[in-house]
Amino acid sequence: MAKIKIYNPGLLTTIQDLGRFGYQQYGMPVSGAMDSYSLKLANILVGNKASEACFEATAIGPTIEFDSKAFIAICGADMSPKLNGADIDMYKTISINSGDKLSFESLENGFRTYIAFAGGIDIPVVMGSKSTYLRGKIGGFNGRQLKFGDELLLGKVESSIDIKHISKHQIPVYKNHFTARIIAGPEVGHFTVSGLTSLLNSEFTLSVQCDRMGYRLAGEKIEHKLSSDIISSGISFGTIQVPAHGEPIIMMADRQTTGGYTRIANVIYVDLPYLAQLQPGDTIRFQEIKLEEAHNLIQKQEKAFNLE
Amino acid sequence: MFKYIPLGDSSFLIKLGDTISTSIHKQLQALFLEICNAQIKGIVELVPAYNELMICYNPLEIKYSILVDKLKHIEEGLNTIELPELFLLHIPVCYDPEFAPDIEIVANTSKLTTEEVIQTHSSVEYLVYMLGFTPGFCYLGGMNNKIATPRKESPRQIIEAGSVGIAGNQTGIYPIDSPGGWQLIGKTLLKLFDPERKPEFLIRAGDYIKFNPITKIEFEEIKNLVESGEYTLRKDRRDG
Repeated sequence: MAKIKIYNPGLLTTIQDLGRFGYQQYGMPVSGAMDSYSLKLANILVGNKASEACFEATAIGPTIEFDSKAFIAICGADMSPKLNGADIDMYKTISINSGDKLSFESLENGFRTYIAFAGGIDIPVVMGSKSTYLRGKIGGFNGRQLKFGDELLLGKVESSIDIKHISKHQIPVYKNHFTARIIAGPEVGHFTVSGLTSLLNSEFTLSVQCDRMGYRLAGEKIEHKLSSDIISSGISFGTIQVPAHGEPIIMMADRQTTGGYTRIANVIYVDLPYLAQLQPGDTIRFQEIKLEEAHNLIQKQEKAFNLE
Repeated sequence: MFKYIPLGDSSFLIKLGDTISTSIHKQLQALFLEICNAQIKGIVELVPAYNELMICYNPLEIKYSILVDKLKHIEEGLNTIELPELFLLHIPVCYDPEFAPDIEIVANTSKLTTEEVIQTHSSVEYLVYMLGFTPGFCYLGGMNNKIATPRKESPRQIIEAGSVGIAGNQTGIYPIDSPGGWQLIGKTLLKLFDPERKPEFLIRAGDYIKFNPITKIEFEEIKNLVESGEYTLRKDRRDG
Protein backbone atom coordinates (compact mmCIF):
# COMPACT_ATOMS: atom_id res chain seq x y z
CA MET A 1 0.00 0.00 0.00
CA ALA A 2 1.19 3.47 -0.84
CA LYS A 3 2.30 5.60 2.05
CA ILE A 4 2.38 9.38 2.29
CA LYS A 5 4.24 11.54 4.75
CA ILE A 6 3.27 15.00 5.93
CA TYR A 7 6.23 17.38 5.73
CA ASN A 8 4.24 20.47 6.53
CA PRO A 9 0.61 20.24 7.59
CA GLY A 10 -0.39 23.72 6.36
CA LEU A 11 -2.70 25.87 8.45
CA LEU A 12 -5.48 23.38 9.15
CA THR A 13 -5.60 20.16 7.18
CA THR A 14 -8.14 17.54 8.24
CA ILE A 15 -9.53 14.39 6.70
CA GLN A 16 -13.17 14.76 5.67
CA ASP A 17 -15.74 12.81 3.68
CA LEU A 18 -19.40 13.72 3.22
CA GLY A 19 -20.08 13.52 6.96
CA ARG A 20 -21.32 11.36 9.80
CA PHE A 21 -25.03 10.75 9.44
CA GLY A 22 -27.50 9.00 11.72
CA TYR A 23 -26.21 10.23 15.07
CA GLN A 24 -27.54 13.77 15.19
CA GLN A 25 -30.39 12.49 17.36
CA TYR A 26 -27.71 11.86 20.02
CA GLY A 27 -26.17 15.28 19.66
CA MET A 28 -23.36 14.21 17.33
CA PRO A 29 -22.46 16.85 14.71
CA VAL A 30 -22.35 15.73 11.07
CA SER A 31 -18.93 17.26 10.20
CA GLY A 32 -17.67 16.37 6.71
CA ALA A 33 -16.36 18.57 3.91
CA MET A 34 -17.19 22.25 4.11
CA ASP A 35 -17.29 22.21 0.28
CA SER A 36 -18.83 18.88 -0.72
CA TYR A 37 -18.89 19.85 -4.42
CA SER A 38 -15.08 20.09 -4.66
CA LEU A 39 -14.65 16.93 -2.59
CA LYS A 40 -16.89 14.96 -4.96
CA LEU A 41 -15.20 16.27 -8.10
CA ALA A 42 -11.74 15.45 -6.72
CA ASN A 43 -12.81 11.89 -5.88
CA ILE A 44 -14.38 11.29 -9.27
CA LEU A 45 -11.19 12.40 -11.03
CA VAL A 46 -9.19 9.62 -9.34
CA GLY A 47 -11.83 6.93 -9.80
CA ASN A 48 -13.02 6.93 -6.17
CA LYS A 49 -16.57 6.86 -4.94
CA ALA A 50 -17.70 10.51 -4.76
CA SER A 51 -18.09 10.11 -0.99
CA GLU A 52 -14.51 8.96 -0.23
CA ALA A 53 -12.44 10.88 2.33
CA CYS A 54 -10.02 13.57 1.15
CA PHE A 55 -7.68 16.08 2.72
CA GLU A 56 -9.39 19.39 3.35
CA ALA A 57 -6.67 22.07 3.50
CA THR A 58 -7.51 25.53 4.80
CA ALA A 59 -5.84 28.71 3.44
CA ILE A 60 -2.31 27.24 3.42
CA GLY A 61 -1.82 23.85 1.83
CA PRO A 62 0.28 20.95 3.17
CA THR A 63 3.53 19.48 1.83
CA ILE A 64 3.25 15.74 1.23
CA GLU A 65 5.79 13.14 0.08
CA PHE A 66 4.73 9.93 -1.67
CA ASP A 67 6.68 6.68 -1.22
CA SER A 68 5.23 5.00 -4.31
CA LYS A 69 3.16 5.64 -7.42
CA ALA A 70 -0.22 7.22 -6.90
CA PHE A 71 -2.93 9.28 -8.53
CA ILE A 72 -4.33 12.43 -6.99
CA ALA A 73 -6.64 15.31 -7.91
CA ILE A 74 -6.95 18.78 -6.42
CA CYS A 75 -10.19 20.78 -6.48
CA GLY A 76 -11.45 23.85 -4.64
CA ALA A 77 -9.34 26.84 -3.61
CA ASP A 78 -6.34 27.62 -5.81
CA MET A 79 -3.33 27.37 -3.52
CA SER A 80 -0.84 27.19 -6.41
CA PRO A 81 -0.17 23.43 -6.25
CA LYS A 82 3.33 22.21 -7.22
CA LEU A 83 4.78 18.80 -7.84
CA ASN A 84 8.53 18.76 -7.13
CA GLY A 85 8.40 22.53 -7.42
CA ALA A 86 6.71 22.70 -10.85
CA ASP A 87 3.15 23.96 -11.37
CA ILE A 88 0.45 21.31 -11.75
CA ASP A 89 -3.15 21.58 -12.91
CA MET A 90 -6.16 21.52 -10.66
CA TYR A 91 -9.40 19.78 -11.66
CA LYS A 92 -7.37 17.07 -13.40
CA THR A 93 -6.07 13.59 -12.53
CA ILE A 94 -2.37 13.87 -11.64
CA SER A 95 0.00 10.91 -11.85
CA ILE A 96 2.52 10.71 -9.01
CA ASN A 97 5.83 8.82 -8.93
CA SER A 98 7.60 7.38 -5.94
CA GLY A 99 9.51 10.12 -4.11
CA ASP A 100 7.42 12.97 -5.53
CA LYS A 101 6.65 15.92 -3.30
CA LEU A 102 3.36 17.80 -3.48
CA SER A 103 3.38 21.33 -2.10
CA PHE A 104 1.37 24.53 -2.27
CA GLU A 105 2.32 28.17 -2.47
CA SER A 106 0.19 31.31 -2.46
CA LEU A 107 -3.57 31.30 -2.01
CA GLU A 108 -4.91 32.74 -5.28
CA ASN A 109 -8.64 32.34 -4.63
CA GLY A 110 -11.05 30.45 -2.41
CA PHE A 111 -10.18 29.21 1.10
CA ARG A 112 -10.34 25.40 1.19
CA THR A 113 -8.78 22.91 -1.17
CA TYR A 114 -9.48 19.18 -1.45
CA ILE A 115 -6.86 16.57 -2.29
CA ALA A 116 -8.24 13.20 -3.34
CA PHE A 117 -6.05 10.09 -3.49
CA ALA A 118 -6.92 7.15 -5.74
CA GLY A 119 -7.97 4.31 -3.45
CA GLY A 120 -8.89 6.72 -0.68
CA ILE A 121 -7.20 7.14 2.70
CA ASP A 122 -6.81 4.04 4.85
CA ILE A 123 -8.04 5.19 8.25
CA PRO A 124 -10.70 3.69 10.55
CA VAL A 125 -14.34 4.45 9.88
CA VAL A 126 -15.78 5.85 13.12
CA MET A 127 -19.55 5.73 13.38
CA GLY A 128 -19.98 5.40 9.66
CA SER A 129 -17.56 8.12 8.57
CA LYS A 130 -13.90 9.03 8.18
CA SER A 131 -14.61 12.71 8.86
CA THR A 132 -12.67 14.48 11.59
CA TYR A 133 -14.81 16.11 14.26
CA LEU A 134 -12.21 18.39 15.86
CA ARG A 135 -14.05 19.43 19.04
CA GLY A 136 -15.06 15.85 19.82
CA LYS A 137 -11.56 14.59 18.90
CA ILE A 138 -13.00 11.72 16.90
CA GLY A 139 -12.70 10.41 13.33
CA GLY A 140 -10.11 11.35 10.74
CA PHE A 141 -6.47 10.83 11.70
CA ASN A 142 -6.51 10.27 15.50
CA GLY A 143 -9.35 12.79 15.81
CA ARG A 144 -7.12 15.75 15.00
CA GLN A 145 -5.70 17.94 12.27
CA LEU A 146 -2.63 16.62 10.47
CA LYS A 147 0.78 17.38 11.92
CA PHE A 148 4.38 17.39 10.79
CA GLY A 149 5.67 13.82 10.47
CA ASP A 150 2.31 12.05 10.24
CA GLU A 151 2.36 9.01 7.98
CA LEU A 152 -0.80 7.76 6.32
CA LEU A 153 -1.57 4.76 4.16
CA LEU A 154 -3.62 5.05 1.01
CA GLY A 155 -6.27 2.52 0.07
CA LYS A 156 -5.82 -0.10 -2.63
CA VAL A 157 -6.48 1.05 -6.17
CA GLU A 158 -8.88 -1.49 -7.66
CA SER A 159 -8.75 -0.66 -11.35
CA SER A 160 -6.66 1.29 -13.82
CA ILE A 161 -6.92 5.05 -13.58
CA ASP A 162 -7.55 7.27 -16.60
CA ILE A 163 -6.42 10.85 -16.71
CA LYS A 164 -9.57 12.96 -16.64
CA HIS A 165 -10.39 16.60 -16.24
CA ILE A 166 -13.41 18.67 -15.28
CA SER A 167 -14.82 20.79 -18.08
CA LYS A 168 -14.41 24.51 -17.63
CA HIS A 169 -18.08 25.38 -17.14
CA GLN A 170 -18.25 23.02 -14.13
CA ILE A 171 -15.33 24.68 -12.38
CA PRO A 172 -16.52 27.18 -9.79
CA VAL A 173 -15.16 30.73 -9.85
CA TYR A 174 -14.47 32.18 -6.40
CA LYS A 175 -14.63 35.92 -5.84
CA ASN A 176 -14.42 38.13 -2.78
CA HIS A 177 -18.13 38.75 -2.87
CA PHE A 178 -20.87 36.16 -2.94
CA THR A 179 -24.63 36.40 -3.17
CA ALA A 180 -26.03 33.43 -1.27
CA ARG A 181 -29.53 32.31 -2.12
CA ILE A 182 -31.71 31.56 0.87
CA ILE A 183 -35.04 30.06 1.84
CA ALA A 184 -37.07 31.80 4.55
CA GLY A 185 -36.61 30.13 7.95
CA PRO A 186 -39.07 28.99 10.61
CA GLU A 187 -38.74 32.15 12.75
CA VAL A 188 -38.91 34.69 9.95
CA GLY A 189 -41.95 36.13 11.74
CA HIS A 190 -39.83 36.99 14.81
CA PHE A 191 -38.16 39.88 12.94
CA THR A 192 -39.28 43.43 12.21
CA VAL A 193 -39.69 44.66 8.63
CA SER A 194 -36.53 46.65 9.15
CA GLY A 195 -34.74 43.50 10.34
CA LEU A 196 -35.79 41.56 7.24
CA THR A 197 -34.77 44.51 5.05
CA SER A 198 -31.33 44.44 6.66
CA LEU A 199 -31.00 40.76 5.80
CA LEU A 200 -32.09 41.10 2.19
CA ASN A 201 -30.83 44.55 1.21
CA SER A 202 -27.55 45.08 2.98
CA GLU A 203 -24.07 43.69 2.64
CA PHE A 204 -22.41 41.59 5.35
CA THR A 205 -18.74 40.89 5.94
CA LEU A 206 -17.38 37.51 6.99
CA SER A 207 -15.75 38.22 10.36
CA VAL A 208 -12.64 36.51 11.69
CA GLN A 209 -14.96 34.47 13.89
CA CYS A 210 -15.42 31.88 11.19
CA ASP A 211 -14.47 28.24 11.37
CA ARG A 212 -15.79 24.81 10.45
CA MET A 213 -18.56 25.24 13.01
CA GLY A 214 -20.03 28.56 11.93
CA TYR A 215 -19.54 31.97 10.30
CA ARG A 216 -20.33 35.14 12.20
CA LEU A 217 -21.18 38.02 9.88
CA ALA A 218 -20.70 41.72 10.57
CA GLY A 219 -23.02 44.33 9.14
CA GLU A 220 -26.38 45.99 9.80
CA LYS A 221 -27.94 44.57 12.95
CA ILE A 222 -30.95 42.39 12.24
CA GLU A 223 -33.75 43.59 14.48
CA HIS A 224 -36.05 41.19 16.32
CA LYS A 225 -39.71 41.90 16.91
CA LEU A 226 -39.99 39.20 19.54
CA SER A 227 -37.40 37.38 21.60
CA SER A 228 -34.23 36.14 19.92
CA ASP A 229 -34.41 32.86 21.83
CA ILE A 230 -36.43 29.80 20.92
CA ILE A 231 -36.96 26.40 22.51
CA SER A 232 -33.82 24.47 21.46
CA SER A 233 -34.40 22.71 18.17
CA GLY A 234 -32.73 21.37 15.04
CA ILE A 235 -30.39 23.39 12.86
CA SER A 236 -28.93 22.33 9.54
CA PHE A 237 -26.00 23.14 7.26
CA GLY A 238 -26.53 26.74 6.16
CA THR A 239 -29.07 27.71 8.83
CA ILE A 240 -28.76 31.43 9.60
CA GLN A 241 -29.32 32.06 13.30
CA VAL A 242 -29.70 35.53 14.75
CA PRO A 243 -28.94 35.85 18.49
CA ALA A 244 -29.89 38.93 20.54
CA HIS A 245 -26.82 40.89 19.30
CA GLY A 246 -28.42 40.98 15.83
CA GLU A 247 -25.41 39.66 13.91
CA PRO A 248 -26.25 36.61 11.83
CA ILE A 249 -24.36 33.35 12.26
CA ILE A 250 -24.35 30.77 9.46
CA MET A 251 -24.06 27.20 10.73
CA MET A 252 -21.44 25.16 8.87
CA ALA A 253 -20.14 21.55 8.77
CA ASP A 254 -19.16 21.09 12.46
CA ARG A 255 -22.28 22.87 13.76
CA GLN A 256 -24.08 21.64 16.85
CA THR A 257 -27.15 19.54 16.11
CA THR A 258 -29.54 21.89 17.89
CA GLY A 259 -29.61 25.56 18.72
CA GLY A 260 -31.63 28.04 20.72
CA TYR A 261 -31.60 31.14 18.50
CA THR A 262 -34.12 32.33 15.93
CA ARG A 263 -33.58 30.78 12.51
CA ILE A 264 -34.25 33.57 10.02
CA ALA A 265 -33.31 31.69 6.84
CA ASN A 266 -31.24 28.89 5.35
CA VAL A 267 -28.62 29.07 2.61
CA ILE A 268 -29.51 26.66 -0.20
CA TYR A 269 -27.52 23.45 -0.70
CA VAL A 270 -25.82 24.37 -3.98
CA ASP A 271 -24.51 27.65 -2.53
CA LEU A 272 -22.88 26.06 0.55
CA PRO A 273 -19.68 25.15 -1.35
CA TYR A 274 -19.23 28.82 -2.29
CA LEU A 275 -19.70 29.86 1.35
CA ALA A 276 -16.99 27.34 2.27
CA GLN A 277 -14.60 29.15 -0.09
CA LEU A 278 -15.06 32.65 1.37
CA GLN A 279 -12.15 34.25 3.19
CA PRO A 280 -12.52 36.38 6.33
CA GLY A 281 -13.19 39.94 5.13
CA ASP A 282 -15.13 38.80 2.03
CA THR A 283 -18.65 40.18 1.60
CA ILE A 284 -22.00 38.40 1.39
CA ARG A 285 -25.48 39.40 0.28
CA PHE A 286 -28.61 37.30 0.56
CA GLN A 287 -31.29 36.69 -2.04
CA GLU A 288 -34.51 34.85 -1.28
CA ILE A 289 -35.70 32.07 -3.58
CA LYS A 290 -38.44 29.43 -3.49
CA LEU A 291 -37.91 25.87 -2.26
CA GLU A 292 -38.78 24.38 -5.65
CA GLU A 293 -36.14 26.49 -7.37
CA ALA A 294 -33.53 25.29 -4.84
CA HIS A 295 -34.45 21.67 -5.58
CA ASN A 296 -34.11 22.26 -9.35
CA LEU A 297 -30.63 23.68 -8.74
CA ILE A 298 -29.59 20.55 -6.83
CA GLN A 299 -30.62 18.37 -9.79
CA LYS A 300 -28.69 20.62 -12.14
CA GLN A 301 -25.57 20.47 -9.95
CA GLU A 302 -25.74 16.67 -9.85
CA LYS A 303 -25.04 16.55 -13.59
CA ALA A 304 -21.50 17.84 -12.97
CA PHE A 305 -20.65 14.52 -11.34
CA ASN A 306 -21.22 12.49 -14.53
CA LEU A 307 -17.82 12.74 -16.17
CA GLU A 308 -17.65 11.18 -19.57
CA MET B 1 -52.50 19.33 13.16
CA PHE B 2 -48.74 19.62 13.17
CA LYS B 3 -46.96 22.30 11.15
CA TYR B 4 -44.48 21.38 8.42
CA ILE B 5 -41.85 24.10 8.05
CA PRO B 6 -38.91 24.06 5.60
CA LEU B 7 -35.44 24.56 7.09
CA GLY B 8 -33.56 25.04 3.84
CA ASP B 9 -33.85 22.65 0.91
CA SER B 10 -32.59 19.48 2.58
CA SER B 11 -34.39 19.46 5.91
CA PHE B 12 -37.66 20.57 7.46
CA LEU B 13 -39.32 20.66 10.84
CA ILE B 14 -42.50 19.12 12.11
CA LYS B 15 -43.70 21.42 14.85
CA LEU B 16 -45.99 19.80 17.41
CA GLY B 17 -46.57 22.75 19.74
CA ASP B 18 -45.10 25.90 21.23
CA THR B 19 -44.14 24.73 24.72
CA ILE B 20 -42.00 22.22 26.58
CA SER B 21 -44.32 19.58 27.97
CA THR B 22 -44.35 15.85 28.62
CA SER B 23 -47.43 15.42 26.45
CA ILE B 24 -45.77 17.06 23.42
CA HIS B 25 -42.64 15.03 24.18
CA LYS B 26 -44.56 11.74 24.15
CA GLN B 27 -46.34 12.61 20.90
CA LEU B 28 -43.02 13.57 19.36
CA GLN B 29 -41.42 10.28 20.47
CA ALA B 30 -44.32 8.35 18.95
CA LEU B 31 -44.02 10.28 15.68
CA PHE B 32 -40.24 9.79 15.64
CA LEU B 33 -40.54 6.02 16.11
CA GLU B 34 -43.30 5.66 13.54
CA ILE B 35 -41.30 7.55 10.92
CA CYS B 36 -38.23 5.39 11.71
CA ASN B 37 -40.32 2.24 11.30
CA ALA B 38 -41.78 3.44 8.00
CA GLN B 39 -38.22 3.41 6.50
CA ILE B 40 -39.05 6.01 3.89
CA LYS B 41 -36.42 6.16 1.14
CA GLY B 42 -34.88 9.60 0.93
CA ILE B 43 -34.98 10.36 4.64
CA VAL B 44 -31.37 10.82 5.77
CA GLU B 45 -31.99 11.16 9.50
CA LEU B 46 -34.33 12.45 12.17
CA VAL B 47 -33.44 14.85 14.97
CA PRO B 48 -36.01 15.08 17.77
CA ALA B 49 -36.02 18.14 20.03
CA TYR B 50 -38.54 19.42 22.62
CA ASN B 51 -41.41 20.49 20.38
CA GLU B 52 -40.06 19.96 16.89
CA LEU B 53 -38.79 16.99 14.92
CA MET B 54 -36.21 17.80 12.24
CA ILE B 55 -36.32 15.61 9.13
CA CYS B 56 -33.16 15.63 7.00
CA TYR B 57 -33.81 14.34 3.48
CA ASN B 58 -32.23 13.99 0.08
CA PRO B 59 -34.37 15.89 -2.43
CA LEU B 60 -32.77 13.87 -5.26
CA GLU B 61 -34.38 10.73 -3.80
CA ILE B 62 -37.79 12.02 -2.76
CA LYS B 63 -39.86 15.07 -3.63
CA TYR B 64 -40.61 17.35 -0.69
CA SER B 65 -44.37 17.36 -1.32
CA ILE B 66 -44.53 13.55 -1.54
CA LEU B 67 -42.51 13.17 1.66
CA VAL B 68 -44.73 15.62 3.54
CA ASP B 69 -47.84 13.75 2.35
CA LYS B 70 -46.42 10.46 3.62
CA LEU B 71 -45.61 12.01 6.99
CA LYS B 72 -49.07 13.58 7.29
CA HIS B 73 -50.49 10.14 6.74
CA ILE B 74 -48.36 8.83 9.62
CA GLU B 75 -49.48 11.81 11.73
CA GLU B 76 -53.16 10.88 11.19
CA GLY B 77 -52.62 7.40 12.59
CA LEU B 78 -50.62 8.59 15.57
CA ASN B 79 -53.31 8.29 18.25
CA THR B 80 -53.53 4.54 17.87
CA ILE B 81 -49.82 3.98 18.37
CA GLU B 82 -48.53 2.36 21.51
CA LEU B 83 -45.34 3.81 22.85
CA PRO B 84 -42.54 1.35 23.49
CA GLU B 85 -41.54 0.45 27.04
CA LEU B 86 -39.96 3.21 29.07
CA PHE B 87 -36.89 2.69 31.17
CA LEU B 88 -35.51 4.27 34.30
CA LEU B 89 -31.71 4.31 34.27
CA HIS B 90 -29.86 4.54 37.58
CA ILE B 91 -26.77 6.71 37.22
CA PRO B 92 -24.31 6.30 40.11
CA VAL B 93 -23.04 9.74 41.16
CA CYS B 94 -20.42 10.53 43.77
CA TYR B 95 -21.24 13.81 45.50
CA ASP B 96 -18.01 13.75 47.55
CA PRO B 97 -16.45 17.25 47.88
CA GLU B 98 -13.57 16.06 45.68
CA PHE B 99 -15.96 15.87 42.72
CA ALA B 100 -18.34 18.62 43.83
CA PRO B 101 -16.34 21.88 43.82
CA ASP B 102 -19.50 24.01 43.64
CA ILE B 103 -21.90 22.16 45.93
CA GLU B 104 -21.37 24.77 48.69
CA ILE B 105 -22.44 27.50 46.24
CA VAL B 106 -25.60 25.57 45.40
CA ALA B 107 -26.25 24.97 49.12
CA ASN B 108 -25.76 28.67 49.96
CA THR B 109 -27.94 29.84 47.06
CA SER B 110 -30.75 27.46 47.98
CA LYS B 111 -30.29 27.90 51.75
CA LEU B 112 -30.01 24.15 52.22
CA THR B 113 -27.30 21.94 53.68
CA THR B 114 -25.14 20.02 51.19
CA GLU B 115 -26.88 16.83 52.37
CA GLU B 116 -30.24 18.37 51.48
CA VAL B 117 -28.91 19.44 48.07
CA ILE B 118 -27.81 15.86 47.39
CA GLN B 119 -31.12 14.50 48.65
CA THR B 120 -33.12 16.95 46.48
CA HIS B 121 -31.01 16.29 43.40
CA SER B 122 -31.05 12.50 43.71
CA SER B 123 -34.71 11.95 44.58
CA VAL B 124 -36.17 12.92 41.19
CA GLU B 125 -36.76 10.75 38.14
CA TYR B 126 -35.68 13.07 35.34
CA LEU B 127 -37.18 12.80 31.86
CA VAL B 128 -34.65 12.93 29.01
CA TYR B 129 -36.43 15.31 26.64
CA MET B 130 -33.75 15.40 23.97
CA LEU B 131 -30.03 15.10 23.24
CA GLY B 132 -28.00 17.90 21.69
CA PHE B 133 -25.36 20.56 22.34
CA THR B 134 -22.49 18.04 22.48
CA PRO B 135 -22.46 14.30 21.66
CA GLY B 136 -24.52 12.54 24.33
CA PHE B 137 -25.65 15.63 26.25
CA CYS B 138 -29.14 15.07 27.72
CA TYR B 139 -31.65 17.86 28.25
CA LEU B 140 -33.36 16.76 31.47
CA GLY B 141 -36.71 17.85 32.84
CA GLY B 142 -37.89 17.67 36.41
CA MET B 143 -35.27 19.35 38.59
CA ASN B 144 -36.59 20.79 41.83
CA ASN B 145 -36.43 24.59 41.56
CA LYS B 146 -35.25 24.78 45.18
CA ILE B 147 -31.71 23.93 44.02
CA ALA B 148 -31.73 26.18 40.94
CA THR B 149 -28.43 28.12 40.84
CA PRO B 150 -27.11 30.57 38.22
CA ARG B 151 -24.16 29.56 36.06
CA LYS B 152 -20.65 30.53 37.12
CA GLU B 153 -19.69 34.05 36.13
CA SER B 154 -16.55 32.87 34.40
CA PRO B 155 -16.77 29.42 32.82
CA ARG B 156 -14.14 26.76 33.46
CA GLN B 157 -11.75 26.06 30.59
CA ILE B 158 -12.15 22.34 30.96
CA ILE B 159 -14.75 20.24 32.69
CA GLU B 160 -14.14 16.50 32.78
CA ALA B 161 -16.56 14.10 31.13
CA GLY B 162 -18.96 12.65 33.71
CA SER B 163 -19.23 15.86 35.75
CA VAL B 164 -22.75 16.51 37.02
CA GLY B 165 -23.83 20.11 37.29
CA ILE B 166 -26.58 22.67 37.69
CA ALA B 167 -27.18 25.75 35.52
CA GLY B 168 -30.26 27.82 36.32
CA ASN B 169 -33.14 25.39 36.68
CA GLN B 170 -31.42 22.72 34.58
CA THR B 171 -29.24 19.80 35.63
CA GLY B 172 -27.09 17.64 33.39
CA ILE B 173 -24.01 15.51 32.85
CA TYR B 174 -21.04 16.56 30.69
CA PRO B 175 -20.60 13.68 28.20
CA ILE B 176 -17.19 14.80 26.89
CA ASP B 177 -14.44 17.03 28.26
CA SER B 178 -15.51 20.55 27.39
CA PRO B 179 -15.43 24.13 28.68
CA GLY B 180 -18.51 25.22 30.60
CA GLY B 181 -20.09 27.36 33.26
CA TRP B 182 -22.22 24.86 35.19
CA GLN B 183 -22.01 24.57 38.98
CA LEU B 184 -20.45 21.15 39.55
CA ILE B 185 -21.98 19.01 42.31
CA GLY B 186 -20.83 15.48 41.54
CA LYS B 187 -19.39 13.01 39.11
CA THR B 188 -20.34 9.76 37.41
CA LEU B 189 -17.88 7.28 35.90
CA LEU B 190 -20.33 6.05 33.31
CA LYS B 191 -19.47 7.10 29.78
CA LEU B 192 -22.51 8.73 28.21
CA PHE B 193 -20.65 8.65 24.90
CA ASP B 194 -17.98 6.25 23.73
CA PRO B 195 -17.32 6.00 19.96
CA GLU B 196 -15.61 2.63 20.51
CA ARG B 197 -18.65 1.05 22.20
CA LYS B 198 -21.92 -0.32 20.81
CA PRO B 199 -24.27 1.39 21.29
CA GLU B 200 -22.17 4.55 21.37
CA PHE B 201 -24.67 6.45 23.49
CA LEU B 202 -25.85 5.28 26.92
CA ILE B 203 -29.04 7.30 27.19
CA ARG B 204 -31.80 8.00 24.67
CA ALA B 205 -34.46 10.66 24.46
CA GLY B 206 -37.57 9.31 26.20
CA ASP B 207 -35.63 7.49 28.95
CA TYR B 208 -35.89 8.56 32.57
CA ILE B 209 -32.78 8.81 34.72
CA LYS B 210 -32.19 8.97 38.46
CA PHE B 211 -28.95 9.90 40.18
CA ASN B 212 -27.95 7.35 42.83
CA PRO B 213 -25.56 8.78 45.43
CA ILE B 214 -22.48 6.62 46.02
CA THR B 215 -19.53 6.88 48.38
CA LYS B 216 -15.93 7.39 47.32
CA ILE B 217 -15.22 3.71 48.04
CA GLU B 218 -18.10 2.63 45.79
CA PHE B 219 -16.83 5.13 43.20
CA GLU B 220 -13.45 3.35 43.14
CA GLU B 221 -15.13 -0.07 42.88
CA ILE B 222 -17.28 1.08 39.97
CA LYS B 223 -14.21 2.61 38.34
CA ASN B 224 -12.58 -0.82 38.09
CA LEU B 225 -15.75 -2.39 36.72
CA VAL B 226 -16.26 0.36 34.13
CA GLU B 227 -12.64 0.12 33.01
CA SER B 228 -12.84 -3.66 32.56
CA GLY B 229 -16.19 -3.34 30.80
CA GLU B 230 -17.97 -5.37 33.50
CA TYR B 231 -20.23 -2.67 34.88
CA THR B 232 -23.94 -3.22 34.26
CA LEU B 233 -26.20 -0.23 34.30
CA ARG B 234 -29.31 -0.74 36.42
CA LYS B 235 -32.32 -0.31 34.16
CA ASP B 236 -35.92 -0.63 35.44
CA ARG B 237 -39.14 -0.61 33.47
CA ARG B 238 -41.19 2.45 34.17
CA ASP B 239 -44.81 3.33 33.50
CA GLY B 240 -45.58 6.49 31.47
